[in-house]
Amino acid sequence: MSIFRMAWVIAAKDLRIEYRSRTALHTATLFAVLVLLIVVFARDGGTVSLATLGPSVLWITIALASLVTLNRAFMLEREHSALDGILLAPISRSALFLGKWLANLVFVLVVLTITFPLWILFYGVAVTPALLLVAGVALLATVGVTAIGTLFSAIAVRTRHAELMLPVLMLPFLLPPVYFAAQATVRLLGGRPLDELLGWLRFLLLYDIAFAMLAAMLFPVVVDE
Amino acid sequence: MIPDAAAANRQISRGRVVTLIGLLGLAALYVMALQFTPPERFQGLAQKIFYIHPPAAYAMQMAFLFTGVSSLLYLLLHDERFDLFAEASAEVGMVFGLIVVITGPIWGRPAWGTWWEWEPRLTFTVMELVLFGGYFALRGAIRDPADRAKYSAVMGLMALVLVPFNHLTVYLFASQHPEPVVVKTSKPELPLEMLRTFLTGFAVFTVIYLGFVMQRYGIGARRALQEVTDA
Repeated sequence: MSIFRMAWVIAAKDLRIEYRSRTALHTATLFAVLVLLIVVFARDGGTVSLATLGPSVLWITIALASLVTLNRAFMLEREHSALDGILLAPISRSALFLGKWLANLVFVLVVLTITFPLWILFYGVAVTPALLLVAGVALLATVGVTAIGTLFSAIAVRTRHAELMLPVLMLPFLLPPVYFAAQATVRLLGGRPLDELLGWLRFLLLYDIAFAMLAAMLFPVVVDE
Repeated sequence: MIPDAAAANRQISRGRVVTLIGLLGLAALYVMALQFTPPERFQGLAQKIFYIHPPAAYAMQMAFLFTGVSSLLYLLLHDERFDLFAEASAEVGMVFGLIVVITGPIWGRPAWGTWWEWEPRLTFTVMELVLFGGYFALRGAIRDPADRAKYSAVMGLMALVLVPFNHLTVYLFASQHPEPVVVKTSKPELPLEMLRTFLTGFAVFTVIYLGFVMQRYGIGARRALQEVTDA
Protein backbone atom coordinates (compact mmCIF):
# COMPACT_ATOMS: atom_id res chain seq x y z
CA MET A 1 0.00 0.00 0.00
CA SER A 2 1.25 3.46 -0.83
CA ILE A 3 1.66 5.97 1.95
CA PHE A 4 -1.34 7.96 0.72
CA ARG A 5 -3.52 4.91 0.62
CA MET A 6 -2.53 4.06 4.20
CA ALA A 7 -3.13 7.65 5.27
CA TRP A 8 -6.55 7.47 3.72
CA VAL A 9 -7.35 4.26 5.65
CA ILE A 10 -6.46 5.98 8.93
CA ALA A 11 -8.42 9.12 8.06
CA ALA A 12 -11.44 7.11 6.90
CA LYS A 13 -11.40 5.14 10.16
CA ASP A 14 -11.41 8.32 12.27
CA LEU A 15 -14.09 9.97 10.20
CA ARG A 16 -16.25 6.85 10.24
CA ILE A 17 -16.08 6.65 14.03
CA GLU A 18 -17.03 10.29 14.19
CA TYR A 19 -19.81 9.94 11.64
CA ARG A 20 -21.38 7.10 13.60
CA SER A 21 -21.50 8.85 16.95
CA ARG A 22 -21.38 12.51 15.96
CA THR A 23 -20.94 13.48 19.64
CA ALA A 24 -17.70 15.37 19.10
CA LEU A 25 -19.09 17.10 16.02
CA HIS A 26 -22.19 18.26 17.88
CA THR A 27 -20.15 19.42 20.84
CA ALA A 28 -17.57 21.27 18.76
CA THR A 29 -20.22 22.98 16.64
CA LEU A 30 -22.23 23.98 19.68
CA PHE A 31 -19.05 25.36 21.20
CA ALA A 32 -18.33 27.44 18.07
CA VAL A 33 -21.87 28.85 18.10
CA LEU A 34 -21.47 29.77 21.76
CA VAL A 35 -18.28 31.68 20.98
CA LEU A 36 -20.20 33.62 18.32
CA LEU A 37 -22.86 34.38 20.92
CA ILE A 38 -20.72 35.35 23.86
CA VAL A 39 -19.15 38.23 21.93
CA VAL A 40 -22.61 39.62 21.22
CA PHE A 41 -23.33 39.60 24.95
CA ALA A 42 -19.92 40.94 25.97
CA ARG A 43 -20.23 43.90 23.59
CA ASP A 44 -21.52 47.38 24.40
CA GLY A 45 -24.27 47.56 21.82
CA GLY A 46 -24.43 51.36 21.89
CA THR A 47 -20.83 51.96 20.83
CA VAL A 48 -19.44 48.87 19.11
CA SER A 49 -21.20 47.72 15.97
CA LEU A 50 -21.38 44.03 15.11
CA ALA A 51 -19.94 44.76 11.67
CA THR A 52 -16.71 46.13 13.17
CA LEU A 53 -16.32 43.02 15.28
CA GLY A 54 -17.16 40.65 12.42
CA PRO A 55 -13.66 39.68 11.17
CA SER A 56 -12.23 39.44 14.70
CA VAL A 57 -15.06 37.22 15.89
CA LEU A 58 -14.69 34.96 12.89
CA TRP A 59 -11.02 34.37 13.68
CA ILE A 60 -11.52 34.00 17.41
CA THR A 61 -14.17 31.41 16.66
CA ILE A 62 -12.02 29.55 14.15
CA ALA A 63 -9.04 29.51 16.55
CA LEU A 64 -11.06 28.27 19.53
CA ALA A 65 -13.20 25.83 17.56
CA SER A 66 -10.07 24.27 16.01
CA LEU A 67 -8.59 23.80 19.47
CA VAL A 68 -11.68 22.09 20.83
CA THR A 69 -11.95 19.93 17.75
CA LEU A 70 -8.28 18.94 17.75
CA ASN A 71 -8.46 17.97 21.39
CA ARG A 72 -10.46 14.93 20.44
CA ALA A 73 -7.91 13.75 17.84
CA PHE A 74 -5.91 11.53 20.16
CA MET A 75 -8.38 11.28 23.01
CA LEU A 76 -10.14 8.85 20.76
CA GLU A 77 -7.04 6.71 20.57
CA ARG A 78 -6.30 6.94 24.26
CA GLU A 79 -9.44 5.06 25.21
CA HIS A 80 -8.65 1.35 25.40
CA SER A 81 -5.04 2.24 24.33
CA ALA A 82 -6.13 2.08 20.69
CA LEU A 83 -3.04 3.99 19.61
CA ASP A 84 -0.81 1.09 20.67
CA GLY A 85 -2.73 -1.09 18.22
CA ILE A 86 -2.19 1.35 15.38
CA LEU A 87 1.48 1.68 16.21
CA LEU A 88 1.88 -2.09 16.10
CA ALA A 89 0.25 -2.25 12.68
CA PRO A 90 2.65 -2.28 9.72
CA ILE A 91 2.02 1.32 8.83
CA SER A 92 4.55 4.08 8.46
CA ARG A 93 4.53 6.94 10.94
CA SER A 94 4.31 9.42 8.10
CA ALA A 95 1.16 7.74 6.83
CA LEU A 96 -0.26 7.87 10.36
CA PHE A 97 0.50 11.58 10.55
CA LEU A 98 -1.03 12.29 7.15
CA GLY A 99 -4.12 10.29 8.01
CA LYS A 100 -4.64 11.96 11.36
CA TRP A 101 -4.00 15.36 9.82
CA LEU A 102 -6.48 14.75 7.03
CA ALA A 103 -9.15 13.57 9.47
CA ASN A 104 -8.58 16.61 11.67
CA LEU A 105 -8.67 18.94 8.70
CA VAL A 106 -11.96 17.51 7.45
CA PHE A 107 -13.41 17.59 10.93
CA VAL A 108 -12.47 21.22 11.60
CA LEU A 109 -13.74 22.21 8.14
CA VAL A 110 -17.11 20.57 8.80
CA VAL A 111 -17.44 22.52 12.05
CA LEU A 112 -16.50 25.73 10.23
CA THR A 113 -18.90 25.05 7.38
CA ILE A 114 -21.76 24.92 9.86
CA THR A 115 -20.50 27.93 11.81
CA PHE A 116 -19.72 30.17 8.83
CA PRO A 117 -23.35 30.86 7.74
CA LEU A 118 -24.27 31.55 11.36
CA TRP A 119 -21.45 34.08 11.58
CA ILE A 120 -22.79 35.80 8.43
CA LEU A 121 -26.28 35.81 9.95
CA PHE A 122 -25.41 36.94 13.48
CA TYR A 123 -22.90 39.62 12.49
CA GLY A 124 -24.83 41.05 9.55
CA VAL A 125 -22.01 40.32 7.09
CA ALA A 126 -22.93 41.42 3.56
CA VAL A 127 -23.36 38.38 1.32
CA THR A 128 -20.96 39.01 -1.57
CA PRO A 129 -18.68 36.81 -3.68
CA ALA A 130 -15.85 37.99 -1.39
CA LEU A 131 -17.18 35.55 1.22
CA LEU A 132 -15.98 32.66 -0.93
CA LEU A 133 -12.50 34.08 -0.71
CA VAL A 134 -12.87 34.49 3.06
CA ALA A 135 -13.73 30.79 3.17
CA GLY A 136 -10.62 30.14 1.08
CA VAL A 137 -8.50 32.08 3.58
CA ALA A 138 -10.05 30.02 6.37
CA LEU A 139 -9.12 26.84 4.52
CA LEU A 140 -5.55 28.04 4.00
CA ALA A 141 -5.15 28.90 7.68
CA THR A 142 -6.76 25.65 8.84
CA VAL A 143 -4.29 23.52 6.87
CA GLY A 144 -1.30 24.76 8.89
CA VAL A 145 -3.16 24.96 12.18
CA THR A 146 -4.39 21.35 11.98
CA ALA A 147 -0.87 20.13 11.08
CA ILE A 148 0.48 21.70 14.29
CA GLY A 149 -2.59 20.51 16.18
CA THR A 150 -2.07 16.92 15.06
CA LEU A 151 1.48 16.97 16.41
CA PHE A 152 0.60 18.75 19.66
CA SER A 153 -2.46 16.66 20.42
CA ALA A 154 -0.25 13.57 20.18
CA ILE A 155 1.96 15.19 22.83
CA ALA A 156 -0.91 16.54 24.94
CA VAL A 157 -2.58 13.15 25.47
CA ARG A 158 0.63 11.92 27.08
CA THR A 159 0.60 14.64 29.71
CA ARG A 160 -1.37 15.26 32.84
CA HIS A 161 -4.10 17.93 32.37
CA ALA A 162 -4.23 16.93 28.69
CA GLU A 163 -7.34 19.00 27.93
CA LEU A 164 -5.70 22.16 29.16
CA MET A 165 -2.31 21.41 27.64
CA LEU A 166 -3.32 21.60 23.98
CA PRO A 167 -4.65 25.19 24.12
CA VAL A 168 -1.62 26.34 26.11
CA LEU A 169 0.79 24.78 23.62
CA MET A 170 -1.12 25.75 20.51
CA LEU A 171 -2.43 29.27 21.04
CA PRO A 172 1.01 30.92 20.80
CA PHE A 173 1.34 29.21 17.40
CA LEU A 174 -2.04 30.56 16.32
CA LEU A 175 -1.14 34.23 16.82
CA PRO A 176 0.70 34.77 13.51
CA PRO A 177 -1.76 32.90 11.21
CA VAL A 178 -4.77 34.47 12.93
CA TYR A 179 -3.20 37.87 12.39
CA PHE A 180 -2.45 37.23 8.70
CA ALA A 181 -5.89 35.74 8.10
CA ALA A 182 -7.76 38.45 9.98
CA GLN A 183 -5.94 41.13 7.98
CA ALA A 184 -6.87 39.37 4.74
CA THR A 185 -10.49 39.07 5.91
CA VAL A 186 -10.77 42.75 6.81
CA ARG A 187 -9.55 43.64 3.33
CA LEU A 188 -11.88 41.21 1.61
CA LEU A 189 -14.93 42.44 3.52
CA GLY A 190 -13.89 46.03 2.90
CA GLY A 191 -13.87 45.36 -0.84
CA ARG A 192 -10.18 46.15 -1.21
CA PRO A 193 -8.40 45.19 -4.46
CA LEU A 194 -7.04 41.66 -4.56
CA ASP A 195 -3.38 42.58 -4.82
CA GLU A 196 -3.57 44.02 -1.28
CA LEU A 197 -4.33 40.49 -0.18
CA LEU A 198 -1.54 38.62 -1.84
CA GLY A 199 1.06 39.47 0.78
CA TRP A 200 -1.09 38.09 3.60
CA LEU A 201 -1.92 34.94 1.66
CA ARG A 202 1.75 34.40 0.93
CA PHE A 203 2.57 34.57 4.63
CA LEU A 204 -0.19 32.06 5.38
CA LEU A 205 1.14 29.74 2.71
CA LEU A 206 4.68 30.05 4.03
CA TYR A 207 3.41 29.25 7.52
CA ASP A 208 1.51 26.20 6.23
CA ILE A 209 4.51 24.83 4.39
CA ALA A 210 6.99 25.43 7.22
CA PHE A 211 4.88 23.86 9.95
CA ALA A 212 3.38 21.05 7.89
CA MET A 213 6.88 19.87 7.03
CA LEU A 214 8.21 20.30 10.55
CA ALA A 215 5.20 18.61 12.15
CA ALA A 216 5.46 15.69 9.72
CA MET A 217 9.14 15.28 10.56
CA LEU A 218 8.63 15.49 14.32
CA PHE A 219 5.53 13.30 14.53
CA PRO A 220 7.41 9.96 14.38
CA VAL A 221 9.61 11.13 17.28
CA VAL A 222 6.50 11.83 19.34
CA VAL A 223 4.55 8.60 18.79
CA ASP A 224 7.46 6.15 18.92
CA GLU A 225 8.22 4.74 22.32
CA MET B 1 24.27 11.24 30.03
CA ILE B 2 23.50 13.14 33.23
CA PRO B 3 26.52 14.78 34.89
CA ASP B 4 27.31 13.25 38.30
CA ALA B 5 26.61 15.07 41.57
CA ALA B 6 30.14 16.41 41.91
CA ALA B 7 30.10 17.85 38.38
CA ALA B 8 26.66 19.37 39.02
CA ASN B 9 27.83 21.00 42.24
CA ARG B 10 30.93 22.29 40.51
CA GLN B 11 28.76 23.80 37.80
CA ILE B 12 26.64 25.54 40.42
CA SER B 13 29.62 27.02 42.25
CA ARG B 14 31.19 28.17 39.00
CA GLY B 15 27.86 29.66 38.00
CA ARG B 16 27.72 31.53 41.31
CA VAL B 17 31.12 33.09 40.66
CA VAL B 18 30.16 34.13 37.12
CA THR B 19 26.83 35.52 38.39
CA LEU B 20 28.66 37.48 41.06
CA ILE B 21 30.93 38.99 38.41
CA GLY B 22 27.85 39.78 36.33
CA LEU B 23 26.09 41.44 39.26
CA LEU B 24 29.17 43.53 40.06
CA GLY B 25 29.15 44.49 36.39
CA LEU B 26 25.50 45.45 36.73
CA ALA B 27 26.32 47.69 39.70
CA ALA B 28 29.10 49.26 37.65
CA LEU B 29 26.66 49.70 34.77
CA TYR B 30 24.25 51.59 37.05
CA VAL B 31 27.05 53.90 38.17
CA MET B 32 28.16 54.42 34.57
CA ALA B 33 24.63 55.08 33.36
CA LEU B 34 23.65 57.45 36.13
CA GLN B 35 26.92 59.20 36.89
CA PHE B 36 29.11 59.14 33.81
CA THR B 37 26.66 59.20 30.91
CA PRO B 38 24.95 62.48 29.96
CA PRO B 39 21.13 62.52 30.25
CA GLU B 40 19.23 62.41 27.00
CA ARG B 41 17.90 65.86 26.00
CA PHE B 42 14.21 65.04 25.49
CA GLN B 43 13.57 62.11 27.79
CA GLY B 44 15.82 63.02 30.67
CA LEU B 45 16.26 60.33 33.31
CA ALA B 46 13.62 58.02 31.83
CA GLN B 47 16.04 57.20 29.03
CA LYS B 48 18.44 55.59 31.53
CA ILE B 49 16.31 52.46 31.39
CA PHE B 50 17.72 51.88 27.93
CA TYR B 51 20.93 50.62 29.46
CA ILE B 52 18.91 47.75 31.00
CA HIS B 53 15.91 47.17 28.73
CA PRO B 54 17.49 46.33 25.32
CA PRO B 55 20.26 44.20 26.88
CA ALA B 56 17.58 42.18 28.69
CA ALA B 57 15.66 41.78 25.41
CA TYR B 58 18.84 40.64 23.68
CA ALA B 59 19.61 38.17 26.49
CA MET B 60 16.08 36.74 26.23
CA GLN B 61 16.39 36.20 22.49
CA MET B 62 19.79 34.59 22.88
CA ALA B 63 18.43 32.33 25.65
CA PHE B 64 15.44 31.12 23.59
CA LEU B 65 17.59 30.68 20.50
CA PHE B 66 19.93 28.40 22.45
CA THR B 67 16.96 26.48 23.83
CA GLY B 68 15.81 25.82 20.27
CA VAL B 69 19.24 24.77 19.06
CA SER B 70 19.78 22.60 22.12
CA SER B 71 16.37 20.96 21.55
CA LEU B 72 17.39 20.09 18.02
CA LEU B 73 20.67 18.63 19.28
CA TYR B 74 18.78 16.57 21.85
CA LEU B 75 16.55 15.09 19.15
CA LEU B 76 19.60 14.24 17.05
CA LEU B 77 21.96 12.96 19.74
CA HIS B 78 19.67 11.92 22.67
CA ASP B 79 22.10 13.26 25.23
CA GLU B 80 20.33 14.42 28.44
CA ARG B 81 22.75 17.29 28.81
CA PHE B 82 21.13 19.07 25.85
CA ASP B 83 17.77 18.74 27.57
CA LEU B 84 19.19 20.13 30.81
CA PHE B 85 20.74 23.02 28.91
CA ALA B 86 17.55 23.73 26.92
CA GLU B 87 15.55 23.86 30.15
CA ALA B 88 18.11 26.05 31.92
CA SER B 89 18.36 28.48 29.03
CA ALA B 90 14.58 28.70 28.61
CA GLU B 91 14.05 29.45 32.28
CA VAL B 92 16.70 32.16 32.27
CA GLY B 93 15.13 33.53 29.07
CA MET B 94 11.79 33.82 30.88
CA VAL B 95 13.45 35.92 33.58
CA PHE B 96 14.99 38.29 31.03
CA GLY B 97 11.67 38.45 29.17
CA LEU B 98 9.93 39.46 32.38
CA ILE B 99 12.56 42.17 32.90
CA VAL B 100 11.74 43.46 29.39
CA VAL B 101 7.97 43.61 29.95
CA ILE B 102 8.43 45.22 33.37
CA THR B 103 10.96 47.87 32.32
CA GLY B 104 9.10 48.60 29.05
CA PRO B 105 6.02 50.13 30.70
CA ILE B 106 8.15 51.98 33.28
CA TRP B 107 9.74 53.80 30.35
CA GLY B 108 6.54 53.89 28.32
CA ARG B 109 4.63 55.86 30.92
CA PRO B 110 6.80 59.03 30.76
CA ALA B 111 7.75 58.59 27.09
CA TRP B 112 4.49 57.55 25.45
CA GLY B 113 2.06 58.70 28.10
CA THR B 114 0.63 55.19 28.46
CA TRP B 115 1.80 52.18 30.43
CA TRP B 116 1.29 49.83 27.54
CA GLU B 117 1.69 50.24 23.80
CA TRP B 118 1.48 47.36 21.33
CA GLU B 119 4.89 48.37 20.17
CA PRO B 120 6.62 45.68 18.03
CA ARG B 121 9.40 44.65 20.35
CA LEU B 122 7.24 44.65 23.47
CA THR B 123 4.61 42.64 21.60
CA PHE B 124 7.27 40.22 20.42
CA THR B 125 8.46 39.72 23.99
CA VAL B 126 4.95 38.92 25.15
CA MET B 127 4.55 36.42 22.30
CA GLU B 128 7.80 34.72 23.30
CA LEU B 129 6.82 34.65 26.98
CA VAL B 130 3.51 32.88 26.31
CA LEU B 131 5.27 30.49 23.92
CA PHE B 132 7.85 29.46 26.49
CA GLY B 133 5.25 29.58 29.23
CA GLY B 134 3.67 26.71 27.28
CA TYR B 135 7.07 25.00 27.13
CA PHE B 136 7.22 25.02 30.94
CA ALA B 137 3.59 23.98 31.32
CA LEU B 138 4.49 20.97 29.18
CA ARG B 139 7.61 20.16 31.18
CA GLY B 140 5.62 20.32 34.40
CA ALA B 141 2.95 17.95 33.11
CA ILE B 142 5.16 14.99 32.17
CA ARG B 143 6.59 12.80 34.90
CA ASP B 144 8.80 10.42 32.96
CA PRO B 145 12.19 12.15 32.40
CA ALA B 146 12.83 10.58 28.97
CA ASP B 147 9.35 11.51 27.69
CA ARG B 148 9.67 14.97 29.16
CA ALA B 149 13.00 15.53 27.42
CA LYS B 150 11.67 14.26 24.11
CA TYR B 151 8.41 16.22 24.06
CA SER B 152 10.00 19.42 25.31
CA ALA B 153 12.64 19.12 22.60
CA VAL B 154 9.87 18.83 20.00
CA MET B 155 8.21 21.90 21.50
CA GLY B 156 11.54 23.76 21.66
CA LEU B 157 12.23 23.10 18.00
CA MET B 158 8.71 24.14 16.99
CA ALA B 159 9.24 27.35 18.99
CA LEU B 160 12.52 28.00 17.18
CA VAL B 161 10.70 27.91 13.84
CA LEU B 162 7.87 30.09 15.16
CA VAL B 163 10.24 32.90 16.16
CA PRO B 164 10.73 34.28 12.59
CA PHE B 165 6.94 34.25 12.11
CA ASN B 166 6.53 36.19 15.34
CA HIS B 167 9.12 38.69 14.12
CA LEU B 168 7.25 39.03 10.83
CA THR B 169 3.94 39.47 12.66
CA VAL B 170 5.12 42.27 14.92
CA TYR B 171 6.90 43.95 12.03
CA LEU B 172 3.65 44.02 10.05
CA PHE B 173 1.76 44.87 13.22
CA ALA B 174 3.85 48.00 13.57
CA SER B 175 3.33 49.15 10.02
CA GLN B 176 -0.42 48.90 10.66
CA HIS B 177 -0.21 50.81 13.88
CA PRO B 178 0.33 54.54 14.54
CA GLU B 179 3.82 55.41 15.70
CA PRO B 180 4.24 56.06 19.41
CA VAL B 181 3.49 59.72 19.99
CA VAL B 182 6.23 61.36 21.96
CA VAL B 183 9.37 59.62 20.81
CA LYS B 184 10.21 57.28 18.04
CA THR B 185 12.05 54.15 19.01
CA SER B 186 14.03 53.94 15.81
CA LYS B 187 17.74 53.94 16.49
CA PRO B 188 19.08 57.45 16.96
CA GLU B 189 22.75 58.11 16.57
CA LEU B 190 24.27 57.79 19.96
CA PRO B 191 26.95 60.04 21.37
CA LEU B 192 30.08 58.11 22.29
CA GLU B 193 29.48 58.10 26.08
CA MET B 194 25.99 56.70 25.62
CA LEU B 195 27.16 54.08 23.16
CA ARG B 196 29.86 52.98 25.58
CA THR B 197 27.37 52.50 28.42
CA PHE B 198 24.89 50.85 26.07
CA LEU B 199 27.44 48.26 24.91
CA THR B 200 28.61 47.67 28.48
CA GLY B 201 24.99 46.75 29.24
CA PHE B 202 25.07 44.04 26.59
CA ALA B 203 28.34 42.63 27.90
CA VAL B 204 27.06 42.63 31.49
CA PHE B 205 23.84 40.85 30.54
CA THR B 206 25.79 38.22 28.62
CA VAL B 207 27.82 37.46 31.75
CA ILE B 208 24.66 37.35 33.90
CA TYR B 209 23.05 35.00 31.36
CA LEU B 210 26.04 32.69 31.54
CA GLY B 211 26.11 32.71 35.33
CA PHE B 212 22.38 32.03 35.61
CA VAL B 213 22.42 29.24 33.03
CA MET B 214 25.41 27.53 34.62
CA GLN B 215 23.70 27.51 38.01
CA ARG B 216 20.36 26.43 36.60
CA TYR B 217 22.05 23.68 34.59
CA GLY B 218 23.69 22.38 37.75
CA ILE B 219 20.40 22.48 39.64
CA GLY B 220 18.70 20.69 36.75
CA ALA B 221 21.38 18.01 36.77
CA ARG B 222 20.92 17.48 40.52
CA ARG B 223 17.15 17.18 40.06
CA ALA B 224 17.67 14.69 37.23
CA LEU B 225 19.96 12.62 39.48
CA GLN B 226 17.32 12.73 42.22
CA GLU B 227 14.71 11.49 39.72
CA VAL B 228 16.97 8.57 38.84
CA THR B 229 17.38 7.70 42.54
CA ASP B 230 13.63 8.02 43.19
CA ALA B 231 12.69 5.84 40.24
